Amino acid sequence: MLIKKASDISASEITPKGLYLNRRAFITAAAVAGVAAAAIAGFRELRSPSEVAHANAKIERLQKSSFSTTETITPYKDVTNYNNYYEFSTDKYEPAGLAKNFKTRPWTVNVEGLVKKKKTLDVDSIIKLSSPEERIYRHRCVEGWSIVVPWVGFPLSELIKQCEPLGNARFVEFTTIYAPNQMPGQKIPVLDWPYVEGLRMDEAMHPLALLCFGMYGEALPNQDGAPLRVVLPWKYGFKSAKAIVKLRFTDRQPVNSWGKSAPSEYGFYSNVNPNVDHPRWSQASERRLGEFRKRPTLMFNGYDQVASLYSGMDLKKDF
Amino acid sequence: MVRWFKPVIFLACMGPVFRLGWKAYAGLLGANPIEVITHSTGDWTLIFLLITLAVTPVRRVTGQIWLIRYRRMFGLFAFFYACLHFTTYIWLDKFFNVHEMLADIAKRKFITVGFAAFLLLVPLALTSTSGWIRRLGGKRWQALHRLIYASAILGVFHYLWLVKADVRRPVEYGAVLGVLLGYRMVVWARSPKPQAALASAKRNTVLQT
Repeated sequence: MLIKKASDISASEITPKGLYLNRRAFITAAAVAGVAAAAIAGFRELRSPSEVAHANAKIERLQKSSFSTTETITPYKDVTNYNNYYEFSTDKYEPAGLAKNFKTRPWTVNVEGLVKKKKTLDVDSIIKLSSPEERIYRHRCVEGWSIVVPWVGFPLSELIKQCEPLGNARFVEFTTIYAPNQMPGQKIPVLDWPYVEGLRMDEAMHPLALLCFGMYGEALPNQDGAPLRVVLPWKYGFKSAKAIVKLRFTDRQPVNSWGKSAPSEYGFYSNVNPNVDHPRWSQASERRLGEFRKRPTLMFNGYDQVASLYSGMDLKKDF
Repeated sequence: MVRWFKPVIFLACMGPVFRLGWKAYAGLLGANPIEVITHSTGDWTLIFLLITLAVTPVRRVTGQIWLIRYRRMFGLFAFFYACLHFTTYIWLDKFFNVHEMLADIAKRKFITVGFAAFLLLVPLALTSTSGWIRRLGGKRWQALHRLIYASAILGVFHYLWLVKADVRRPVEYGAVLGVLLGYRMVVWARSPKPQAALASAKRNTVLQT
């Protein structure tokens, strides 16, 4: 048996003690620095709640509406800090910051398709078409949460009349602005930009359908769809297109962005319906922001007056 | 390593839950606190699963043998965050309605795989003690603990099938997991095959995964 003597290991192969100790010290120091950095970052984040103050222009002489609910209104800071607005970000807490410098003037809306005459309308002239109403609506997101918002606007039908659609126009399509330089989310192909939504004409002409340019008595904040959006309280939130730049009238059912992205999950109608689940989650209940318990979701989000629009239709098929 | 090193790592691993707790207490969780808690605990479960799976490759590549001493702790933290995540679901989403929960598990693909991923972690947490390693024997213990691969894969699919359109985060987790599991496959493919392995198996120590 060969027994190696200590001298077989040459002195040069042994790590110098200094280096050896240094390595330990280095690892320790790195760990301490890492923990400290994380702690400081965490502390900063914990101390700076991001809240957006009321800053928008007041809208005077608001009329009350019999369509308004008496339910508790969701706090302004929640409605302005929790936004599904994929043009800015898929993170609901980010549009509030990212939309800060979004330019809403000058702004025009193109009217195209089956209309007597194509035209371009200025947003400020659209807003003056009728007197502003406050409508306190329930708003139900397809994700399973809901809010109550005092929107400001007037019936969408007022604008549509102004567009003078032809008799064969059966649908109206809304297009959101495409401005990737202002809307960082549009640089990522999460959806096929620009965002497109649509309604059947009788849905669009329904008195509940609101053309909206304000909320909480003020001009609409950028992260909530300024300067002009629609609000359709009996449908899931994504049907209510924001920052609209185009209305196109057509005789064919428009292909909406979410429907295009996942046809089996997001139908054209997308009426709030507790009996038709999203393929991946239940729609039977919802969490009202600010409430601990979930509450049952109501058919058409509680707006039964739209039921006649869908009589004779199988809402499981036309979801 | 230095004696106080382990408690420091332990506290760092508790960081995310301390942060959540403080934010909940101070009302800083935003408009939908329950959603934040659900997503955060889910994220940290996946992160700790990936950290646990990174220990062996990082140890091999860098030669930092001492890392192995933290693997069990990281694994248990993955289980800890998984428990918080599951508790959030059964309490704040289902309000302990077991019937509804079971219906959910049967019906929703992403819940099915998420629940499976959680269940797979339970035996691993239970047998994580030195006593259990001895009782099962190194080989069997090691085979059992390979369930973490399945759990992590199911966990990534749980996330992937839950998002609406933006799959970037789950794909990132999937990519990291792919690298960590890919490393193991390469090592396995290169390792000496049966005859040679048998001979060398005796020389291998228990925890060399």
